[in-house]
Amino acid sequence: MSRHRASRRLPVIGTLVVGLMLSIMPLPDTIAPFRPDWLALLTIFWAMQLPRTWSVGSAWIVGLILDVSYGTLLGQHALALCVIVFITVRFHLLMRVFPLSQLTATVFAMLALYQFLLFWINGVAGLAAPAAAYWAPAVTGTLIWPFLYMFLTGVRYRARVGG
Amino acid sequence: MVASRGKNSNPARIPALGIRLLLLVLISIGLMYLDHRENHLDAARKAIGAAVYPIQLIVDAPVRLWAWLSESTTSRGDLQLEVDRLNAERLLTNARLQRLTALEAENARLRALLDARSRVRDEVRVAEIMAVDANPYEHNLIIDIGSRDGVYDGQAIVSADGVVGQVIKTGLMTSQAVLISDTDHALPVEINRNGLRTIAVGTGEIDRLDLPFLPNNADIRAGDLLVTSGLGGAFPAGYPVAVVDAVTRIPQEPFANVTAKPSAALDQVREVMLIWSAAPVIEEQDDE
Repeated sequence: MSRHRASRRLPVIGTLVVGLMLSIMPLPDTIAPFRPDWLALLTIFWAMQLPRTWSVGSAWIVGLILDVSYGTLLGQHALALCVIVFITVRFHLLMRVFPLSQLTATVFAMLALYQFLLFWINGVAGLAAPAAAYWAPAVTGTLIWPFLYMFLTGVRYRARVGG
Repeated sequence: MVASRGKNSNPARIPALGIRLLLLVLISIGLMYLDHRENHLDAARKAIGAAVYPIQLIVDAPVRLWAWLSESTTSRGDLQLEVDRLNAERLLTNARLQRLTALEAENARLRALLDARSRVRDEVRVAEIMAVDANPYEHNLIIDIGSRDGVYDGQAIVSADGVVGQVIKTGLMTSQAVLISDTDHALPVEINRNGLRTIAVGTGEIDRLDLPFLPNNADIRAGDLLVTSGLGGAFPAGYPVAVVDAVTRIPQEPFANVTAKPSAALDQVREVMLIWSAAPVIEEQDDE
């Protein structure tokens, strides 16, 4: 069992590391505001597929790492991520049987919630936040989700992760 | 939760999920509170930052590699041109520097006569900007030296052309800095021509600063050079900041609309200098 567990975690950690790289990769100023929240998408996927191994705790740690690399308030992304992962884990069985279109709509709602939480925390802390640009990642994240979903499903079966 | 009553009921039950979420949310709020009020969490931030460092290095690597490649594959002709240009530039700079040494000595003498504290030269160190994006909602950048090299919070960063920004979060090996164009950044400046002091505020646009507190009758015009006044304490005095590019005076308004263009190309610099001010930077300028 423990041998299985190690091999089960590796691909997930791998995708998360790549996701973090994509999140801090330099982009031209014009498209940088449209950068999707890779780590939010990845944690939603893995929480949906492996809710027992990847749940709120791991999402929280991922969020802390994101906070440090973005230099935001320590706990801001952590809070937002663990809330959306909580919802994902609660409804993971439902989400697994959703057709892709419906799943994408759900993901959009969750990304919007995620952005809202970040936005709201910034507001409470009194930090300036450009309102319009805040919502762009939710839209681009939704557009990318179907492709990411298919890709990650491939990764999952190739690596025979969990199940 | 209808779905959880499916035949595969085992994986649906995640033990104590709600309680765990509640706990984590409370911890997050506590962390944010501590982080926002004071810098209690610097140690934690540094520890996690050290774990992120290799990833930042990997992200930065392709850009570095590209720079190295394009450097090592430039043609001889290009290199010759570059060398010629640099030589010409060096001649010019040297000529100016000769005058500067004399002026510096003269300045020290005059200051001694006036019984004012002489300015100590600032120490600088070159840092490279890492090709890593930080917080998308702010104008900031990450440099490749940190507290290991003596960087401290609030330290001034300049480029060859002018002030770039200041350090806001010091990590062990890297530091995060805010640019002067960030909306949260304000910088005490003075007009080089007449010593008029004011504050340059970032606008969120990379090539524009605002000077919101100048009355309509202030003696300022397009083309004036703004230099740091050293009053804020963070920046040593006398570094060029921006050039005024438009002054609009509207009679009904209490303040003039003044915008300036930063002297340093904030979005193009690759190498910056961090300044260790040797002397307390607030000097005798603060009395009228």
